[in-house]
Amino acid sequence: MIELDSIERVFQVGDEEVHALKHVTLTIKKGEYLSIMGPSGSGKSTLLNILGLLDRPTSGTYRLDSIDTTSMGDNEQADTRRHRIGFVFQSYHLVPRLTAAENVALPLMLSGMAPKERQVIVEKALDNVDLLDRADHRPDQLSGGQRQRVAIARATIMQPTILLADEPTGNLDHVSGESVIEVLEALNKQGIILIVVTHDMEIGERATRRIRMVDGSISKDIS
Amino acid sequence: MRVGDTVRYGFSNVSGSPVRAFLLLLAMSIGVASVVMLSTLGEAARLYVVNQFSALGTHLLIVLPGRSETTGGAPPLLGAVPRDLTLDDSNALLRGPSVSRVAPIVVGSAPISFRSLEREATIIGTTVDYGEIREIAISQGRFLPSADIKRGDAVCVIGETIRQELFGGERALGQSVRINSYRYRVIGILGDEGQSLGMEMGDAVFIPVASAQALFNTESLFRIMVQATQRETIPSAKEDVIRILRERHDGEDDVTVITQDAILGTFDRILKALTYTVVGIAAISLAVAGVLIMNVMLVSVSQRTSEIGLLKALGGSKRQILILFLSEAALLSVIGAVSGILISFAGVSALDGLFPTFPLTTPLWAYVSALIVAIVTGLVFGIMPARRAARLDPVDALMRH
Repeated sequence: MIELDSIERVFQVGDEEVHALKHVTLTIKKGEYLSIMGPSGSGKSTLLNILGLLDRPTSGTYRLDSIDTTSMGDNEQADTRRHRIGFVFQSYHLVPRLTAAENVALPLMLSGMAPKERQVIVEKALDNVDLLDRADHRPDQLSGGQRQRVAIARATIMQPTILLADEPTGNLDHVSGESVIEVLEALNKQGIILIVVTHDMEIGERATRRIRMVDGSISKDIS
Repeated sequence: MRVGDTVRYGFSNVSGSPVRAFLLLLAMSIGVASVVMLSTLGEAARLYVVNQFSALGTHLLIVLPGRSETTGGAPPLLGAVPRDLTLDDSNALLRGPSVSRVAPIVVGSAPISFRSLEREATIIGTTVDYGEIREIAISQGRFLPSADIKRGDAVCVIGETIRQELFGGERALGQSVRINSYRYRVIGILGDEGQSLGMEMGDAVFIPVASAQALFNTESLFRIMVQATQRETIPSAKEDVIRILRERHDGEDDVTVITQDAILGTFDRILKALTYTVVGIAAISLAVAGVLIMNVMLVSVSQRTSEIGLLKALGGSKRQILILFLSEAALLSVIGAVSGILISFAGVSALDGLFPTFPLTTPLWAYVSALIVAIVTGLVFGIMPARRAARLDPVDALMRH
């Protein structure tokens, strides 16, 4: 469960203060499927960064599973990201030197799990996105859709509460985009909170709850 | 994060840019190899000198005429020439309780001839005890006779080179040679001892000390070699020598006594200092390698900014990212150090093949210090880039691709 209470984010650009987020208050329940849409500069990426604990709000409180994240230290935030939050990026962000399996194992590696234990979990995760036969391929040997599915397997391997997807289909053709969205929606059916930021109306409309942002505020919240 | 994973991850980064890694490793290994090889050479030079001094004979003291110390008072205007050492002085030294043997020495250069062949030789006038003190090997005949040292027998013991050049294949023992206008009978040939502290024994001709005094028309001795009864009595033997000669020289301390240990100790210290200096200079190249590590790591951080952002998004803490980058720098320097040590192995064995008589042994401290210095440089120069990586803002880092 996510509770945002009058979140503000102000950037200092030169002499000017830019209000990227203005008193955003939002509650997202377990298992919800949200899309966040809006023009460039409307604050949707900033909102996503704050939800992902990559950025701190200037003011306001953000509770994740009833724990206040705004008072957390850097290490605690890193720990929370590792265990409760999964990220899917437009440009996949796979480490090019590592194989698909090694990329998927990264969060487990950071948490200090033994290589043997990791292997079982990684295989299962790759199987879930239908890429078990590509485990030893490097990212440059995979298609765009396959890469994004590897990234999804990585994002969900710690069984997080939230999955944040920033333009997950932005670099993909229609068919692969469709398969990626289906994987994400299947995960949502298992109870994960899925938040998709997108420009694509068609993808945005698929969400059960659709938020539209304009100038740092939520202008529409349809469910 | 586990140590094994940290190392593997670092290794995947290092092997990801092989040319850069190779050049860096080259710099690092040259630095380490030069430290190890120079310390080997320095140590070998030290051992060489120590061995040469030991070859002089054991528990040895050398008495020289004249005082090498500066004394107070106005400089004497006239007649301050030190008293010469004489054969009587030398004999008197045998009274010392800690003195076992005494060998007076007169040295000069004179032509030695046999029939029409002539060559220049180093003439050493001494007694039978010199042979004992220096443990001189004789290949034919015997060393000087143990007669009264004031009696100048017309006999000589010649070096191997002189024997070859004057006699060739002919038998030398019992033949008569001429030195200046004196005739000497050859009673012994020196063993092929080679060089001893810069003096070619093959060129030496030994004659009784009294004969040498007559030959060079002098009463004074070049120096006196004194052997103490044992190693522990060297200091008391030195006191004996000084005391006896002071009595004989009207209460004046006008001789210098050098102990073999003192010479050895001085050379030892000088050569050690030289070794450390040379190694220190070589260590500068390690510092240069350290700067290269910093450069490589900085490039690595800026090339992998988005990867660092990703690691942060996946829950990597600042500390973990710091450790990842530091261990990568350490990994580079360790591989560099190890390959440097391998290079130095090859270099040392090549030198060993070229100079088989030179005692080449690499001291253990050379390996240990080269390794430690390499790793420390890697870490010190790796800290700045690693901290830069750890402090990156994840949002900015993820945006760059």
